[in-house]
Amino acid sequence: MLAFVLTLSLMLLIVVVVVYAERKVAAFMQDRLGPTEAGPYGTLQPLLDVLKLLQKEDIIPSAADKKLFAIAPVLIFVAVFAGFAVIPLSPGLVPAGIGIGVFYFLAIVSLDVIGLLMAGWGSNNKYAMLGAMRSVAQIVSYEIPAGLAILSAVMICQSLDFQEISYQQGAIMNLFPGLEYDTNWLFGIEALGINTTAVGGITTWNIFRAPFLLVAFVVYFIASLAECNRAPFDIPEAESELVAGFHVEYSGFRFAVFFLAEYAMMVLVCLVAVILFLGSWNTPLSNIGPFKLAYLTTGTVGELSGILWGAFWLISKTLVLLFVQLWARWTYPRLRVDQLMHLCWKVLTPVALGLVLLAGIWRLLMV
Amino acid sequence: MLFYIFAALAVLSGAYMVLTRNLLYAGFSLLVTLLSLAGIYVLLFADFVAVLQLMVYVGGVLVLILFGIMLSSRVHDKSVLSESVNKGWGIIISLLIFIGLAYTITRASFSSLAWIRTGAYADVLGYQKSTVQSIGIKLMTDFVLPFEVASLLLLIALMGAAYIATDKQNV
Repeated sequence: MLAFVLTLSLMLLIVVVVVYAERKVAAFMQDRLGPTEAGPYGTLQPLLDVLKLLQKEDIIPSAADKKLFAIAPVLIFVAVFAGFAVIPLSPGLVPAGIGIGVFYFLAIVSLDVIGLLMAGWGSNNKYAMLGAMRSVAQIVSYEIPAGLAILSAVMICQSLDFQEISYQQGAIMNLFPGLEYDTNWLFGIEALGINTTAVGGITTWNIFRAPFLLVAFVVYFIASLAECNRAPFDIPEAESELVAGFHVEYSGFRFAVFFLAEYAMMVLVCLVAVILFLGSWNTPLSNIGPFKLAYLTTGTVGELSGILWGAFWLISKTLVLLFVQLWARWTYPRLRVDQLMHLCWKVLTPVALGLVLLAGIWRLLMV
Repeated sequence: MLFYIFAALAVLSGAYMVLTRNLLYAGFSLLVTLLSLAGIYVLLFADFVAVLQLMVYVGGVLVLILFGIMLSSRVHDKSVLSESVNKGWGIIISLLIFIGLAYTITRASFSSLAWIRTGAYADVLGYQKSTVQSIGIKLMTDFVLPFEVASLLLLIALMGAAYIATDKQNV
C-alpha cells in the first residue's frame, strides 16, 4: 500500500515537472519565453492547467458508445500505471520485485493498445477512429524492435528481474542474493583480465559492460518514442490533420486522465531505458584508487542514504532522457506513414535482430 | 478468495461474450476473460504462463481481432452484429468438446500431485524466483523437437503471410 502511494505521488510529481519542462523547452527552442505569469518563472502553470481541466464540463457525445467511452481512459491509465509496479526506485525499494519484471512490462504496455482502440471506437468520430488505427498500428509494429533491444540487454544480464539487472550494473553487485560471487570485467570481456566489480560507476553500466548495447539503447529509445506517440512519430495525434487523434472527443477530467497517462508512459519508457542500459539507480562515479566515489555516492543499502542516492540517480538520468525526448520533438519533422513503417521493419528490426545474435556471442565472452 | 473473484469474472465475461450479439462488445469481454485467466495462472504459481497469456492473447490476438472488426465493417451508426447460424453443428461440436474436457478432468488425479499434497502455502518454486529457468531448460532438453517444429511452422506462416500480402501487379 505504501509502495502504491509512493509510486503514484512520485509519478504525478515527475509528470508535472515534465509538463512544465515541455512548455519551457519548447519555448526556448523557438526563442520564446513560455509561461511566465503563474508563480515564479511560470512554475505553477501545470498545476493550474490541471485545475482548469478538472473544472471543465464532462461532455459525452450523444452518438458515442457511452460505456466504452467511459472505460477507455481508465483502462489506458491503469495499464500504464501497472507498468510502474515493477520499477525499482533504489536498492531495497521496489513496489513488486517479481522475477519476470521485464516480460511483465512488455505485456502490460501492450494492454495500453486495447484502451486506445476503445477510445477511438467509442468516440464515434472519424478523426478519433483514424487516430486510434494509426496509433495501434504504430505501437504494435514498434513493439518488435523495442522488445528485441530489451532482449539483448536481458541476454547479457541473464535475468528478467529489474532489481537484479540494476544490481549487476554497480559496485554493490555482490550484495544481491544470488550474485555473491559474480564479477564484472571491463567491456564484459574476461580475457582482458581487468576486474571492475569493485570499481563500479559508469564502467559497470550495461552500455559499458557490453558496448554494443549502446546501439540497442538507441534502437530502444527510437522505438519507445514511437510507442508513446511522441514526435517525430506523432502521426496518430497530428494536430494539423487529425485534430488530436483518438482523444479528440474527450474533455474535462477524462481528457486529464489521457494526458496524464501519455506523460506517465513517457516517464515509464525512459525509466526502463535507464534501468536496462544506463546503470539504473547506480552512480556514474567510479572508485578510482583511494577515492571511493562509487561507495560514497551510493549510500548504505537499506538505509535512508541508500534510498535517497538511488532515487536521485535514477530520476536524474530519467529526466535527462525525457529532455532528449522533448529535444527530438522540436528537431525532427513528423514521419510519413510509409517512412514510419520503413524505419521500423527495414532498419530497426534487422539491426535489433543482429544485436540479439551479438548479445549471445558477447555473453560467451563474459563467463 | 481471490480465486473465486477471478473465476466469477472469467465465467461472467465468458458468458457475456457468447451471449452478446455485438461483436465488438464480445471482443472487449474476451479481454476481461483473458485477464482473469491470467490472474488465475498467477495464483497457480505459473507467472510466466500468465504474462505470456497477456502478451500473446491480449497484446496480439485480441488486438488483431478488434482491428479486424473495426476495419472490416462500420455500417453507419450501427455496430457489427452477429447472427446465429449453424445451430445444429454448433451444439454438437460444443457438446463434444465439453465431454472431452470433462472426461480428461475426471481422469486426472489431482490429489496425487506432489505440490497439492504439500499444501497450498508451501514454497512451490523453491529457491527459484520464477518458473522461467525451468521452462527454458525443459524447452532446450526434453521438448526441443516440438519447440523447433513450432518455430519452423511459424516461419512458414510468416512467409505465407508475406507472400499473400505482396503486390501481385508486378509479377
